[in-house]
Amino acid sequence: MFNKTFAVAAAAAVAAMSITGAAEARDQIRIVGSSTVFPFATTVAEQFGKKTSFKTPVIESTGSGGGLKLFCQGIGTEHPDITNASRRIKSSEVELCANNGVTEVTEVKIGFDGIVLANSKEAPTYELTEQQIFQALAAQVPVDGKLVENPYSTWSEIDPSLPNVKIEVLGPPPTSGTRDAFTELAMRDGAKAFPMLKDMRKAEGKKAFRAISDTVREDGAFVEAGENDNLIVQKLEANPNALGIFGFSFLDQNADKLHGSIVEGVEPTFDNIAAGKYTIARSLYFYVKNAHVGVIPGMSEYLAEFTSEGAFGDFGYLTDKGLIPLPESDREEIRTNAANLVPLSL
Amino acid sequence: MTDMTTPKAERAATIRRPDLSAARINRRYGAEKRFRAYGLLAIGAAIAMLAILLFSIVSKGYSAFVQTYVQLEVTLTEAEIDPDRTGDPEVIRNANWRKITFESLRAEFPDVKSRSETRQLFGMISGNAPIAVRDYVLDNPDAIGTTASIWVKVSDDIDTFNKGFIDRNLEEDDRRVKDNEIVWFDTLDGQGRVEAKFNTTLFTSGDSREPEQAGVLGAVVGSLLTLIITLVLSFPIGVMAAVYLEEFAPKNRLTDLIEVNINNLAAVPSIVFGLLGLAVFLNFFGLPRSAPVVGGMVLALMTLPTIIIASRAALKAVPPSIREAALGLGASRLQAVTHHVLPLAMPGMLTGTIIGMAQALGETAPLLMIGMVAFIVDIPSGFTDPATVLPVQIFLWADAPQRAFVERTSAAIMVLLTFLVCMNLLAVLLRKRFERRW
Repeated sequence: MFNKTFAVAAAAAVAAMSITGAAEARDQIRIVGSSTVFPFATTVAEQFGKKTSFKTPVIESTGSGGGLKLFCQGIGTEHPDITNASRRIKSSEVELCANNGVTEVTEVKIGFDGIVLANSKEAPTYELTEQQIFQALAAQVPVDGKLVENPYSTWSEIDPSLPNVKIEVLGPPPTSGTRDAFTELAMRDGAKAFPMLKDMRKAEGKKAFRAISDTVREDGAFVEAGENDNLIVQKLEANPNALGIFGFSFLDQNADKLHGSIVEGVEPTFDNIAAGKYTIARSLYFYVKNAHVGVIPGMSEYLAEFTSEGAFGDFGYLTDKGLIPLPESDREEIRTNAANLVPLSL
Repeated sequence: MTDMTTPKAERAATIRRPDLSAARINRRYGAEKRFRAYGLLAIGAAIAMLAILLFSIVSKGYSAFVQTYVQLEVTLTEAEIDPDRTGDPEVIRNANWRKITFESLRAEFPDVKSRSETRQLFGMISGNAPIAVRDYVLDNPDAIGTTASIWVKVSDDIDTFNKGFIDRNLEEDDRRVKDNEIVWFDTLDGQGRVEAKFNTTLFTSGDSREPEQAGVLGAVVGSLLTLIITLVLSFPIGVMAAVYLEEFAPKNRLTDLIEVNINNLAAVPSIVFGLLGLAVFLNFFGLPRSAPVVGGMVLALMTLPTIIIASRAALKAVPPSIREAALGLGASRLQAVTHHVLPLAMPGMLTGTIIGMAQALGETAPLLMIGMVAFIVDIPSGFTDPATVLPVQIFLWADAPQRAFVERTSAAIMVLLTFLVCMNLLAVLLRKRFERRW
């Protein structure tokens, strides 16, 4: 009896192996990349799957860097067709792509994303400048003309107008695109507000400056809360003294519990970010492998869906998900570029 | 007795007798009582943790099993749907259902004029509502030309509001559901046209970005496909390895080394198996990404040591007398094993296998590397279709910004726990049914 069982099991195993042997041609778009763009790309993919007769694309959230690495592995059905990114492609990544034969890539800018510093509604709204953000979070700050280990433990030590509350900021880890954008947009500008660091940038170069501006303190005032923004939201609810750093869409969804800090006198609202007034905002992109258009079915239709007014326009369904639309003239240009697959040139 | 001269008191001091004084007895019993109390405390703490966990999941997730519906009076004019009266389902399918549905909603509230208010009004019902209306008409073609009452889902925000998770007394800016929407909702509710129904979508559809259209079916099917591959690969290989090592292999340094390595493999973090899967199955053999077949192979590698160890323990528990009796009656070693030892060891092996499978069912880390952590709408129909699994679905929903996904996350956890409990129950039953003791 057991001989039979084994025979059946072995036959099943062999059958299973033979299925996998036949790696068929792919009829489904594969997308990888940024976790920030993930909610937008999945929404478009779902709409695309419902509206057209093509299969719904499969989307993996791998992070911007991880996505571009997979994307640049080469041409062929085993490699992804599109990668999402919450930052622009780097020249080193363009080189990697070119080395693997991926020479023609179309860049599509889809909109803006604001990064907010938010806290619980039980505590007052903070009104910060980028300089103060830098002073609160950098590992080394200038005090009386000298660079010292960050001495500030409460907000009021930085500026008497700020509340006398311990500095406690929850934010994403260094692997996250949100963190990259935050250091680039808030911390660097904040560091430049010190004449001393500005001079240093001129004298010693960008690298030395960035070592100061991009290094976040590690004495417990900044807590790396992981990639999950919902977790940060929950922690902020429980701890009214803490501030959290995350994408605008999470503030939008939790407007009953949290409010965003005013940065440089501008409140993080949909309109302020769209108008470019709120300074900590970045562009979101996706990159398309031109060689796969026409090979994988539905590629150009997916591009058309993503760049349609109904999706990334002023009143498109992506705005409901928290995407902040580009100005109308830019959208027009991006739409034509995407339709004609104009390759990226850096 | 030579030392009769020794005084009685002196003798008592030299001979050790149990001290039966009440104080020492009490101390001993006291120690035992305390020990039992610590044991009870430990069990109590464990049960309390489990209760807290279950309570928090159930209290957050029970509301996901109902979905708010609203009854729409939809005017199904022939001119809009099937102008040429063909009765062809294809023509009906291609009618502008969005317009028909939204027009009928607008007709309910004639004072809504401005563009932004109209948008708000349309935002109250699910984006899937036009499809629900279409399906209703396809099922009831006679309804064309009449006005039909059709129940459609409300959007996730209104659903969350109806379930009481959004406080209507907050400032308007602080809540996702605005004053207008509350007024409209209350009007419909006052007419008895709002109802909470069982959320079948949760069990009949795949993932979606819209919480009210999202379901776990895709993930459940993906989990099943993955587990089938895992079982088919790991059970025969694991049992064969255990039988050979236990019954046939000579005892020498080489087999000792193999045994130590198998025990060590059981403790390797699961992500390592994922990396191995990426390097070997995807990059070297070129198998498709996100496919249950690759997931199953990776998880089979992970569960193999568990199955081998459990199977060897089960084989060891079969008394040697059974083997000796079989051999003594002239059976070959293979016959002794397959006819006598293996049937007796089978319940233990199956228990070990099911526990290994339950472990594999809850695993996400190794699947991350082979692309099964992905947004997949279509329900997988084969071993090479892109698929995801239940724990990954929970992870993805936990990361979604929409409030309505919070309850769905907990609901998906409940589905996963049900699966796990069923599998473990099966293991217990098998053991109870077939186990023999000597």
